[in-house]
Amino acid sequence: MPLLEVDSLTVEYWTRRGIIRAVDNVSFTLDKGEMLGLVGESGSGKSTLGHSLVHLLPTQGSIVGGHIRIGGKDVVGYSEEEMRSIRGEKIAFVFQDPMTSLNPVKKIGEHIIELIQTHKPNVSGEEALRFAEAALNDVGISTERINDYPHQFSGGMRQRIMIALAIALNPDIVIADEPTTALDVIVQAKIMDLLRDLCDAHGMALILITHDISVVLERCKKVIVMYAGNFVECADSVSLHNDPKHPYTQGLLRTVPNIELAEQRLEGITGSPPDLLDLPSGCRFWPRCPQAMEVCHMKGPPMVELENGRYVRCFLYGGLEQ
Amino acid sequence: MSVIVDVEHLKKYFPVQKSFFEKLFTRTSSYVKAVDDISFSINEGEVFTLAGESGCGKTTTGMILAMLLTPSGGKILFDGTEIAGLRSEELRLLRRRIQIIFQDPYASLNPRMRIGEAVGHPLEIHGLATGVDKRNRVLEILEKVGLTPPERFVDLYPHELSGGQRQRVAIARSIILRPEFIVADEPVSMLDVSIRTVLIDLMMELRKDLGLTYLFITHDLAVAKYISDRIAIMYLGKIVEIGDKEEVFSNPLHPYTKALLSAVPVPDPERKRETVELKGEVPSAIQVPLGCRFHPRCPYAFAKCSEEEPHLIAVGKKHHAACHLVKG
Amino acid sequence: MVLLGSGIVLSIVVMTLIAPWISPYNPSALNVGPIRSPPSPQFPLGTNHLGQDMLSRVLCGGSIMLQVSVLSVFLCLAIGVPIGLVSSYVGGAVDKIFSLITDSIYAFPGLVLAITIAAMLGRGAVNMAISIAVVYIPSYFRIVRSHVLTIKELQYTVAARAIGAKWYTILFRYILPNVVPSILSVATVNFADATLTAAGLTFVGLGVTKDIPDWGWDLTDGRVLLPSGAWWVITFPGIMIILLALGFTLIGEGLSELLNPRLEQ
Repeated sequence: MPLLEVDSLTVEYWTRRGIIRAVDNVSFTLDKGEMLGLVGESGSGKSTLGHSLVHLLPTQGSIVGGHIRIGGKDVVGYSEEEMRSIRGEKIAFVFQDPMTSLNPVKKIGEHIIELIQTHKPNVSGEEALRFAEAALNDVGISTERINDYPHQFSGGMRQRIMIALAIALNPDIVIADEPTTALDVIVQAKIMDLLRDLCDAHGMALILITHDISVVLERCKKVIVMYAGNFVECADSVSLHNDPKHPYTQGLLRTVPNIELAEQRLEGITGSPPDLLDLPSGCRFWPRCPQAMEVCHMKGPPMVELENGRYVRCFLYGGLEQ
Repeated sequence: MSVIVDVEHLKKYFPVQKSFFEKLFTRTSSYVKAVDDISFSINEGEVFTLAGESGCGKTTTGMILAMLLTPSGGKILFDGTEIAGLRSEELRLLRRRIQIIFQDPYASLNPRMRIGEAVGHPLEIHGLATGVDKRNRVLEILEKVGLTPPERFVDLYPHELSGGQRQRVAIARSIILRPEFIVADEPVSMLDVSIRTVLIDLMMELRKDLGLTYLFITHDLAVAKYISDRIAIMYLGKIVEIGDKEEVFSNPLHPYTKALLSAVPVPDPERKRETVELKGEVPSAIQVPLGCRFHPRCPYAFAKCSEEEPHLIAVGKKHHAACHLVKG
Repeated sequence: MVLLGSGIVLSIVVMTLIAPWISPYNPSALNVGPIRSPPSPQFPLGTNHLGQDMLSRVLCGGSIMLQVSVLSVFLCLAIGVPIGLVSSYVGGAVDKIFSLITDSIYAFPGLVLAITIAAMLGRGAVNMAISIAVVYIPSYFRIVRSHVLTIKELQYTVAARAIGAKWYTILFRYILPNVVPSILSVATVNFADATLTAAGLTFVGLGVTKDIPDWGWDLTDGRVLLPSGAWWVITFPGIMIILLALGFTLIGEGLSELLNPRLEQ
């Protein structure tokens, strides 16, 4: 049984201009120890999807359909209390901005200890402290700094603290939402190494949400490409890199500079992502697609399964019969 | 190729704000040494990249070259003229030849100015065109940067445009005076990845079209490799390596450059790479390490590194590095 | 909210403007009716102790208040905003001096200061406006200053320098348009407050002379007449004052709600 099973999930936001369907009928699974990269640009819905998995959507957002099964149990209907019991223990979230996600008046040790004691009230103060020290150790922060305040740490270290908080209770699944976007490249590499090591050591599954396709291809085994609320392609990273199927994926790969290549011809994708309140008819990508056909203007393509577990949402590969 | 910008021993120190008690009881002031004695030159028509992580001083350098900050020391020559001590009138004239593109497309345009107004404003300020003539020039430039049909964009406000479109407006505003030299400070890092290439290609085309020279500031080395002719790597206010793009990327000499290049994510799942591990974090620019400022983190540091600061040594033609391990 | 507030203010303004034509009696005319008579068909709002018709007085009495409000806001905008702009943009010693002056004025309770200045200047609508303006200029100064300090550092202002704009161009075409929404907020509060202060000044006898019909005077007289049971003298003018102030306040609140979401963007 997969660790996480998302089935036909749909998430909507209420705005003054109308209802936005940020995540439209997406499905995927995540197995133990797997590193999954969810890649997309602004407006793709990837961040919303991540937040919805732990019920941390803003008030205007809500899950309107589908199932999220963690260890077999559907958590879509869970109350806040039930979610609290599994957040941290079964599934954890690492936020994007370490600057604002930590409480500036609490010592970092207190952050972790409070988290532990909330979930395991029977744990003594001493034990909780040891837990906290172990967590800090795991992320490479010297335990001497357990009584320091967040502002005394750099951005990279604060992100490590966020990760420590996420893994403190040994969750099965960690969702990291753009964990390295605000950081410099050397620190980025270290944080990604850390996440990979933690996954290996604790057997955690990781969902990495990012717009940086280079990081995803470099680090993740499985990749899902998202566009305007839909999944457009799912594949293992090697296949995706060597043989991208969806025109959007192909376009994305052509825009990314590869520092190892001597000569490169890069090409952008014309146009920009659509306004979710004013989606194009049919396939959401057709206005920017160099291979758009007549039918693409009229119908939205379904997800089609290709050989060896790959999926594409594009009429070029089937789906016309439906 | 002639040199268009010549920077010699440029310094920029920012005084650190002292608290009331510190003012009373201490005599010395401390400074953030954002730029600490750097020298380089930019050739006419080239793309010269200043690369490094945040806090290395590259943006400060760019702002000084765009005449938006005054240097604390050193000389800057633009086409033979010394920029640093100019009076405001002479400075204003020079602004026709040196322009800047900022990083944040959401902050660099006046929210209360229409696009046409904003792009045409430089013409107005320098008395170069008014009325119909000005409007025509604005339309021409908007067309040039890909905002077509230009008539549609002229009357819009910034909030009605996407990030990529706003950045095109910023580019339009910077080229309408037909400058010779443009400082581009991370012009695409806040844009979606699929749009970055489009805008970079636009900038390169404009370079050919208008005979521009760019100082390109970035932390994204993959982009730097794609567009630069020459590149300088900065660390904590100093240039640690500088040279032709081919040279620096294929044969990095400075340990920091090596670490930086090895950390850049490569979009290839099958490629195995060696990452150079660095200890610790970037220190503060107020308390700069003695000797080579990189030595506390350098995996190859030895005794001399903590005592003596290395200078840029020429290695082969067109490649310099500042490291005691590098022999000229 | 803006619509409601504007509606109220507009109706009062219109009422005041057409008052001379629709008032049944000359508001200053004495003994047009029996003194201290309660509301009746002939005198719908009653009469005061001088036999003056309250309805006419209510219709005409807002004129001074409106004039004073408008004049004081005008003075504030003409003096407070430019000083605020220039002082905060230039910075340094100039800014410190102006901040000191305005902070000192700001430290005084508004009405007390207004009374003091009015006492020094003498009576009359213009002097009332001046004293109110003096009290209010620091508020404009402060809000303009805080915005300028922020906007000065924003990229589009730096960009303006980069294209060669002179300081006054930057100030008036880049900074001022972005400060205007906040100035409007202060201005509407200013209007409301000026209305109340004007009433207050007249109430203590520092406003206009007695011969001019004004709601403030009615409050003064009404206060004295209240114990004898003539409640109508103080009530109706009082309601009008409150309505006018309320109208301005609603406009201000409504505007700030409308403009703020965009400001935050």
